[in-house]
Amino acid sequence: MMDALPPRQLSAPPAPARPARFETWIALPLRLAWRQLRFEKARLLAAIAGVLFACVLVFMQLGFRSALFDSATALLSAMRAELFLINPLTTASFRPEPIPRIRAHQALALPEVAQSVPVYMAQASWRNPVDGSRRAIQLIGFDVEARAMQFTGLEALTDSLKRADAVAFDRRSRPEFGPVADLLREGGGSLRVQVANRLVDVVGLVDIGPSFGADGNLVLSETNFRRLLPDRLPSNTDLVAIRLAPGADVAAAQRRLREILPPDVTVLTQAELVAWERRYWEEATPIGFIFGFGSVMGLIVGMVIVYQILFSDVANHLREYATLKAIGYSDGRLSRVVLGAAMLLAVLGFVPGALLSWYLYGVVGEATFLPLAMDIGRLLGVFGMIFGMCAAAGLLAMRKLRDADPADMF
Amino acid sequence: MPMPVEISGLRYAYGQGELRRPVLRGVDLSVAPGEILLLTGPSGSGKTTLLTLIGALRAMQEGSARVLGVELNGADEKTRVALRRRIGFIFQNHNLLGFLTARQNVAMALETDAALPERERLRRAGELLAAVGLAEHADKLPAKLSGGQRQRVAVARALAADPGLVLADEPTAALDRQSGFEVVHLLRDLAKSRGVPILMVTHDPRILDIADRVVAMEDGRITA
Ligand SMILES: Nc1ncnc2c1ncn2[C@@H]1O[C@H](COP(=O)(O)OP(=O)(O)O)[C@@H](O)[C@H]1O
Ligand SMILES: [Mg+2]
Repeated sequence: MMDALPPRQLSAPPAPARPARFETWIALPLRLAWRQLRFEKARLLAAIAGVLFACVLVFMQLGFRSALFDSATALLSAMRAELFLINPLTTASFRPEPIPRIRAHQALALPEVAQSVPVYMAQASWRNPVDGSRRAIQLIGFDVEARAMQFTGLEALTDSLKRADAVAFDRRSRPEFGPVADLLREGGGSLRVQVANRLVDVVGLVDIGPSFGADGNLVLSETNFRRLLPDRLPSNTDLVAIRLAPGADVAAAQRRLREILPPDVTVLTQAELVAWERRYWEEATPIGFIFGFGSVMGLIVGMVIVYQILFSDVANHLREYATLKAIGYSDGRLSRVVLGAAMLLAVLGFVPGALLSWYLYGVVGEATFLPLAMDIGRLLGVFGMIFGMCAAAGLLAMRKLRDADPADMF
Repeated sequence: MPMPVEISGLRYAYGQGELRRPVLRGVDLSVAPGEILLLTGPSGSGKTTLLTLIGALRAMQEGSARVLGVELNGADEKTRVALRRRIGFIFQNHNLLGFLTARQNVAMALETDAALPERERLRRAGELLAAVGLAEHADKLPAKLSGGQRQRVAVARALAADPGLVLADEPTAALDRQSGFEVVHLLRDLAKSRGVPILMVTHDPRILDIADRVVAMEDGRITA
């Protein structure tokens, strides 16, 4: 009965189904979205700026977060031992619960344990040699000859650190401790500083880096540590670093140590120790939450901006959208146009946002001494978030399409 | 011969309950193949409502309407969207997309046909624009065209997908006398050469001469 109508020429040329499907599903809606976005340059720039802003905010928050966690564990990562003993009640290394020093000797009972070194950790106040201000500094005391701990520069100082009241200063400590490196050079390799109400000699520099719990570090021998803090019980230590004989099985040694040692110490590998410390900063402090919150706020602000732009694009073109519905565009297809616009904004904002963040990582990292670094995982993660943010904005704006009623067109 | 449009006993009311207001009170109407039918009548008599029902832009309530072989009573959204692709619409306002050129606007009507390649779409759009006398303006944005030219782009868009029926609601209302005259004559010539029937609502007595048949509506009924 349709043959009385004019021939339907359009359905005549058969086309390969797949490309055509791709075209109507993605390519054409995306192209329409792009043409609409491109038409109003100022609006497009505003939208891109919104996405870029969200992007930079998220990158910075995540960068700070992981830099702080990394630096919080820098000290533990720098230790050169396979296994560690700590008090199970210790929450973070800057305030350790003591363990009996005798555990270090007991560990030596295992033939595969080559060295077992007690490590003392405490904070004491350091007086800035230039302006006299005081600031807490982290003390790390251990047998410097044992080589269980490895910091850059330490090896050359082994002998001088054995002298009474000798300390090594962490050159990457925050500048508030004073220009120690310069003063040391001027003083010909020696500098007197007041630490915990006692005068000590800075005999050299090591590389550790400030961490969350400590703005600066001092390395010193076990004997000098006791001199500085005479109140501490000599029978207690804070951490035991265990070095195994070359080729020893770490997991097996860990198991055997657990068997022979009383339950007042936990035996951890270095990775477990770092994770233990990290978990404290992530879970027991609001730091993880703060940066997560910052990221979420960035995403919400970005979403609101993108939503506003997409919404007004639809609202200002309701008649045109209704016309498209009238000439046979399905709701789904028009929804893909709006979503396509959101996706385009995600990409257009992310690319400059990632580049700017990369640049800022360098600038801010230098100013704050935090190890800010871009990595592929974070790039992909943030792109996912920005994409999701734009998609959510697009889905919200899409609802406005319902107001485009083709029946109102005549 | 089957009729492109066959309507019987069509009733339609806006609103619910107390506010319910019947607008169409039993309309019988058919459009023959290739016929140009003009629908006149006072404002508020239900002409636009009738056109939106025939154009599958609105869900039906009562009666029967077969348009291009499709029964619209009880038709779902999918069926209606598919039918709309086979109808050319011309509105009072041109409703062209402001960010697309005339050619792109016309090609838009062809994009619902997945089988047609882009090159072919643009070629056909160019052909139609030439047919409405706008070959030279094909790559201009609507803002750069006069009112009459825009409405001619709308005519080209309505005819682009080779529709089986053209529906137009007061297409000259926003135009001056001369351009209005030009537009409807163009529309008639193009439709006649393709054998496409037209159902056009108009108030404009000056264009009644293009019609094969004129029917009048009053208070929701066809009177003549
Ligand atoms: N969307 C609507 N909702 C409620 N009433 C409507 C709507 N559209 C039209 N009407 C009413 O229906 C009647 C017929 O309108 P319409 O079909 O537009 O007539 P015409 O096109 O002949 O002027 C008018 O009284 C109008 O006010
Ligand atoms: Mg009307």
